[in-house]
Amino acid sequence: MTELSLHILDIIQNSIVAKADLIEISVLEDGISDLLLIEISDNGIGIDGETLKKVSDPFYTSRTTRKVGMGISLFRQAAEQCNGSLTIESQLHVGTTVKVVMKNSHLDKQPIGDIAGVISLMVSSNPLIDFTYQHITGKGKYLFNSKEIKKLLEDIPVTDPKVIKFIKEMIQDNLHEINAST
Amino acid sequence: MTTIKTLADLKKLKDDLQEKLKPRERGLSPETQVQVKVAMATCGIASGAKGIMDFLVEEFDKRNIEAVVTQTGCMGYCYAEPTLEVTVPGKEPVVFGFVDIHRADEIIEKYIKNGELVEGIIPQNYETIEKIDNK
Repeated sequence: MTELSLHILDIIQNSIVAKADLIEISVLEDGISDLLLIEISDNGIGIDGETLKKVSDPFYTSRTTRKVGMGISLFRQAAEQCNGSLTIESQLHVGTTVKVVMKNSHLDKQPIGDIAGVISLMVSSNPLIDFTYQHITGKGKYLFNSKEIKKLLEDIPVTDPKVIKFIKEMIQDNLHEINAST
Repeated sequence: MTTIKTLADLKKLKDDLQEKLKPRERGLSPETQVQVKVAMATCGIASGAKGIMDFLVEEFDKRNIEAVVTQTGCMGYCYAEPTLEVTVPGKEPVVFGFVDIHRADEIIEKYIKNGELVEGIIPQNYETIEKIDNK
């Protein structure tokens, strides 16, 4: 994985499999403490205590098509190589939150990448799931809420390619305004 | 300097789209549209599936093909990522592997438009660890 946005995309896939209908992503760039915080929270089926201890093991997976699940291990590795960490909190039938923190100025920190593309792609290919995306920098804060978008679109489907393109550009523009790094 | 896109701009886009879609019969049922599922598990994402998905969404729009592009989880073909499952209305789903931009373009032009089979098809006779209802 070459960008943090791809790791985020991967964790979102886990939330979708967990049958979440609300997935909240937030990115905080804290220049003062030199930290990058990423949080992905869902209201899916949750993970029980015993399983939670095993999820970071790449040889443990809930899927049946193969015996390896690498998403969490790879993200953890990406964080740890920047003096960071990945923690998961979960409650059965309530949801799961994956929190990643890393040193923002670390030389090995992967760029955030095309997060606007990831969010717009997720919104359009999962019309029944709602997403919120919050990005905070030293300059400002941007909040994207797919519920607002869908309400505004009325009967136009969120899967329409012109809508997908618009959402991506809107997020990009707003992130640019707050000097979000990519 | 360009202005930032706001929700007011989205509303304008919505009004434009509603105007255009009025005369056209909007068949939103999956049976009449081509369905493309892009495998987006860790193996897929690491191999560039997101780029392929972006390309497909854009090209279907440019070439005016009614298609629904969604993402799915691991189909088990990690050695052949990026993979796509294409279901043309009336036909069985076909899985393509080793899909790069060039092959995705071929799949659209040859398979979806003309029904010609393209290189890189993965036969549908794999076994899973447990028998599951594939949905």
